[in-house]
Amino acid sequence: MKMSTKHKIGTAVYHVIVCGIGLIMIYPIIWMAFSSFKESGDVLTTVNQLIPSKFVFENYVNGWAGFAGTSFSVFFRNSFFITILSTIGGVFSSVVVAYGFSRLHFKLKGLWFAIMMMTLMLPAQVLMIPQYIMFGSIGWTNSFLPVIVPEFFGKPFFIFMCMQFISGLPRELDEAAKIDGCSLFTIFSRIIMPLLKPAMITCAIFAFYWKWDDYMGSLLYLTEPRLYTVSIAVKQFADPTSVSDWGAMFAMCTLSLLPVIILFICLQKYIVDGIATSGLKG
Amino acid sequence: MSAETKPAKQKDIRIKRHWYDNEGLAGYIFIGPWLLGFMLFMLIPILLSIYFAFAKYDLLSPPEWAGLQNFINLFTKDRLFYQALKVTFSFALISVPLRLIFALFVAMILNRKSKMIAFYRAAYYLPSIIGGSVAVSVLWRTIWSQDGVINGILGLFGIESTISYIGDIHWAFWTIVILYVWQFGSSMLIFLSGLKQIPTTYYEAATMDGAGKMRCFFKITLPMLSPVILFNLVMQIINGFMVFTQAQIITQGGPNNRTLMYVLYLYNSSFKYNKFGYAAAQAWILLAIVGFFTAIIFITSKSWVFSEADDGDKPKKKKKKGVKAA
Repeated sequence: MKMSTKHKIGTAVYHVIVCGIGLIMIYPIIWMAFSSFKESGDVLTTVNQLIPSKFVFENYVNGWAGFAGTSFSVFFRNSFFITILSTIGGVFSSVVVAYGFSRLHFKLKGLWFAIMMMTLMLPAQVLMIPQYIMFGSIGWTNSFLPVIVPEFFGKPFFIFMCMQFISGLPRELDEAAKIDGCSLFTIFSRIIMPLLKPAMITCAIFAFYWKWDDYMGSLLYLTEPRLYTVSIAVKQFADPTSVSDWGAMFAMCTLSLLPVIILFICLQKYIVDGIATSGLKG
Repeated sequence: MSAETKPAKQKDIRIKRHWYDNEGLAGYIFIGPWLLGFMLFMLIPILLSIYFAFAKYDLLSPPEWAGLQNFINLFTKDRLFYQALKVTFSFALISVPLRLIFALFVAMILNRKSKMIAFYRAAYYLPSIIGGSVAVSVLWRTIWSQDGVINGILGLFGIESTISYIGDIHWAFWTIVILYVWQFGSSMLIFLSGLKQIPTTYYEAATMDGAGKMRCFFKITLPMLSPVILFNLVMQIINGFMVFTQAQIITQGGPNNRTLMYVLYLYNSSFKYNKFGYAAAQAWILLAIVGFFTAIIFITSKSWVFSEADDGDKPKKKKKKGVKAA
């Protein structure tokens, strides 16, 4: 009896502490979301008041109007277009490559695999300049091509993760299918790919949110307002030398985080499993 | 009807060997996308980048061979290069261990059975998933500004503070460190899954023998987690040297270059000052530094990462666990 009360108090204390730290951690985000509903002039004068005294929505209207004659509907459309296409391309190409590496035998496989793993370590900055020059010389700058096309050639991170999953599938499946007359391509598309669905969803989530947050790539290649992604638009919108409409700035910041947060809440099981099994960076 | 044609069809396929059933060829078809992408978007850029590193190139006129000039200038004439190195080294050496310690600490707190754990895990992971975004950097800039949240909260405790942290020569660096440590989520999840792998019998046995919590932590948890720590350390060191978005948006390298991260300086050299050859040389130095640190971690890891071979006491138990995990 005594033990159990003590235990209960311990548990309560534990939950209070964990909740408290958690709240402090996400307080900045909550603060930003609430601030976006304050009167724009009040944002920095009432920093300690979390809940606005009056909820106003004009920040969203003002912010959505954007700048340079381009509204945020354009920026969001661009971001969704780039992100969705790159995600589809990245995931499907990676699954194909992963199957090749984990199930088929061919010459120099070990070498190619080692090279692929090495490219994981290569900082993007080494490639940034020559890629910029290459894409420039074929007239790809100021179009979506440089940020989308390279995604269609398999991402080593995702390839590696899918390989981990494939290695967990029994080889007997492949062999049975082979005996039934399936070609390697049918085995892949009818047997392996359907089984890889969880891995593909995990990859897709990461592909989506890396691309959505991508800043450097968009900064280099998308230099006209009509091509801006949400990241770049928020950056321009919140330029420290000119920003005065804090409410609108926070409104657009909040909106820019929304797709990622919604995705995270809906599919967090896949994210957690994906990180735990493959050690993906976040 | 279908019942009649099916066996015949199947037989037909079994006999007929397609050209694409040759595994050697099919293998290359399957890895083809990556291989092509590697050649086009990596190998050619890498070769170009090596060439640029030894050339003078401003993008307007063709590159001119300059030998080792870029490297000589960097190491002998460029004060900003040393500043960027200093800032980035101190950043990586301070924020990476802090992030990992925090991640491990929270992972250990969350490593218990409760219905709420999934919720807590999500809350603690949330900053990592949005932390790299522009929006959070913009938010951070406001929080630490003169009339931001931090000064507001200090005011509640009666501490009058009117400094702008991001503009302060001592504080600016730390605002970025804090932002970086705040995103400990993915390391935490990896630690958490590592902790779950440690058999509880180890702790039970140790407690029976009279070991306290601290002793259990240092003698069981840390050694058993060491492979995971190694992985996290390598990933985070690489990440730590690549910080860009935060520095570019929050402080633009200022005040007085106090937050001039290496990659930010590299970006400025190329896209601000148009010294593309010079920047390519910097990129290769960065690769050498990161490679050097990774190598050191791996070489020293033999002495601090616990592996099955070293485990003289309980080889059988360990092996069993390994099989299960695989």
